[in-house]
Amino acid sequence: MTEPLIKIQGLYKLFGENPKQVMPRVKAGESKDKILAETGHTLGLKDINLEIQQGEIYVIMGLSGSGKSTLIRHFNRLIDPTEGVISIEGTDVMKLSSKELQDFRRHKMSMVFQRFGLMPHRSVIENVAYGLTVQGVPKEQRLAKAQEWLDTVGLNGYEQQYPSQLSGGQQQRVGLARALSTDAEILLMDEAFSALDPLIRSEMQDQLIELQETLHKTIIFITHDLDEALRIGDKIAILKDGEVVQQGTPDDILLNPATDYVEAFVKDVNRARALTVETVMRPPARRITADTIGEALQQMKKIKGDYAYHVTEDGYQGIVTQDSLEQASKANADEQFETCEYQDVPTISPDAAIESVITDSLASDFSLPVVDDDGNLKGELTRKSVAEVFAEPEESEVDADSNKEALVSK
Amino acid sequence: MADSSWLERFPQMSRADLTVIRKSLDGAYRNFSREYGEAIESFFEPLLQFLVWFEKLLITTPWWLVLIVCAGLVYAASRSWKLVIGSVVSLLLVGYFGMWEDMMRTMSIITVCTMLAIALGIPIGIVMARSNRTQAIITPMLDVMQTLPAFVYLIPVVMLLGIGKIPGVIAVVIYGIPPVIRLTNLGIRLVDKEVLEAATAYGASTTQRLFGVQIPLAMPTIMAGINQTIMMALSMVVIASMIGVKGLGQPVLKSITNQYFTLGLLNGLAIVALAIIFDRVSQAYAKRTQAHLQGFKHD
Repeated sequence: MTEPLIKIQGLYKLFGENPKQVMPRVKAGESKDKILAETGHTLGLKDINLEIQQGEIYVIMGLSGSGKSTLIRHFNRLIDPTEGVISIEGTDVMKLSSKELQDFRRHKMSMVFQRFGLMPHRSVIENVAYGLTVQGVPKEQRLAKAQEWLDTVGLNGYEQQYPSQLSGGQQQRVGLARALSTDAEILLMDEAFSALDPLIRSEMQDQLIELQETLHKTIIFITHDLDEALRIGDKIAILKDGEVVQQGTPDDILLNPATDYVEAFVKDVNRARALTVETVMRPPARRITADTIGEALQQMKKIKGDYAYHVTEDGYQGIVTQDSLEQASKANADEQFETCEYQDVPTISPDAAIESVITDSLASDFSLPVVDDDGNLKGELTRKSVAEVFAEPEESEVDADSNKEALVSK
Repeated sequence: MADSSWLERFPQMSRADLTVIRKSLDGAYRNFSREYGEAIESFFEPLLQFLVWFEKLLITTPWWLVLIVCAGLVYAASRSWKLVIGSVVSLLLVGYFGMWEDMMRTMSIITVCTMLAIALGIPIGIVMARSNRTQAIITPMLDVMQTLPAFVYLIPVVMLLGIGKIPGVIAVVIYGIPPVIRLTNLGIRLVDKEVLEAATAYGASTTQRLFGVQIPLAMPTIMAGINQTIMMALSMVVIASMIGVKGLGQPVLKSITNQYFTLGLLNGLAIVALAIIFDRVSQAYAKRTQAHLQGFKHD
């Protein structure tokens, strides 16, 4: 693994008059409530350790009061930590002078805000160009660049409007264009889509994912919505009362919630939409590699069950049943396989959402073969594992174990 | 029973002690004014020169030219013909009743006082918005300036500078400056925190934040403060006339002492006419420059 772009180590934030004096009590492990009652200091963040790789969307999720907005403001030091190291591209952000910090904010990071944070007295295009204005880029240049990004987010024609004349979704597009126009490598998004209608929100999520495919920014995304986190995140950290309770990939969090708190969250998620075939499929146990029908029948007999996947050097070929093999072998056991022997079963991609393969899975008599883009058989999707996705997580501990196996095997 | 007399009578300090305090304070101030009076006077000399020049300019310019310039300014600020016609008619009326020259004097001093109050008040308001501590120090001072009877602070000013235009200007500015300071402070403090945070996040320097975000967004509030300052300055005209500021205030003062009802009323109405013109024009100007904040809002 390469060196992470952003590294946060042992970050603490105490709000109050004398945070330094109260720190020992925090370190001693006293509870947030006790510290507040006895010292009047609010514990905002406790021992945060994060590593964020270049080019990934890192989602920080938590309910209100969990400290997520406080945490994101530490990345560009809108809030200073009480203790801890924030290093970005190897630079210790805490050691920057105010001039250097200003420069760092101008070029390295840009931010999108929950309530947009647009300047009401500037037109849309001037808002988009704001980051460049601050940098001192000449007017013509910055307006040309702003125009480019405004077109990218689909707001061509709104240049001379004022933010108050736009809808929420449009305003946030302006916010996004403003963030992108500085070409900063890191994008901080503080509940960027939370204030939008569900429909507009998913539209914006799609747009962000689409943009990310070409831009490859490092995005730190704050949200209180787990569905959103699962949808756009490459990695997710779940924050509770200022502490990270779990970090991992979306599948990791869905399948192996670390604490009851995470589990309670996960329960309400539409798992069929969030999970991909890859995460619940089993390794393909019944595969035969024979060239002729006779060999195939022999291999088949070693496998439990009455059907198998036929795989050759060219990859997955099709499903054959024991019955059809026996029939064929009566005629000529040395004969090569032919397409007609295969059962008519659709193949599914490992990246497909469970939701999209439910119908196929239920309609088929066999476990569906999972085949990747190169034609290789990656696994099989049993109807049982599809059903388990819909089962209550806590009621299916055995299944969780088998899911773990599935994760390990990939 | 001498011991319990304090129960019936307030235990005040002895007359002799009070006299000592008064004498020493008065003496100290008198010494101070003797020592530095001239220096302070020469400090204000340029301002006095300007005042005299400006007043002369307004009086010696032909009345119709002044009227045209006024109408032009009103139109430039408000872009409203209704306001231009209203202003011109009321100025003509004031002139017709024989108060043209007094009005010009009042206008000149009010203009200078307002300019001074704005030039001093806005920076003070900005400093005040910067920290809660400065706010805590300045707020009680503003309270005193607004409630202390004008005569009380006129005494030391007159002792220092004698009667005339400068003490008048100082009195008017002291009385009129609090609203512009208060509302500049308030306006800047009310600027949306997220907008300011956005500016910081994009690396705006302190100056860029102040002139690019805070002041423009606080402008409607600041304009309201300026408007209040103009009104308060006008209401001080009569008091200022007591220390020798010529203008519409002096006839009013004369009518109080001699009970000239009509003279008082006419000059009073002239002040009101000036006040209304200043008020409407400055408000129309404020509204026009902030047009993009109102009007066609998306809902």
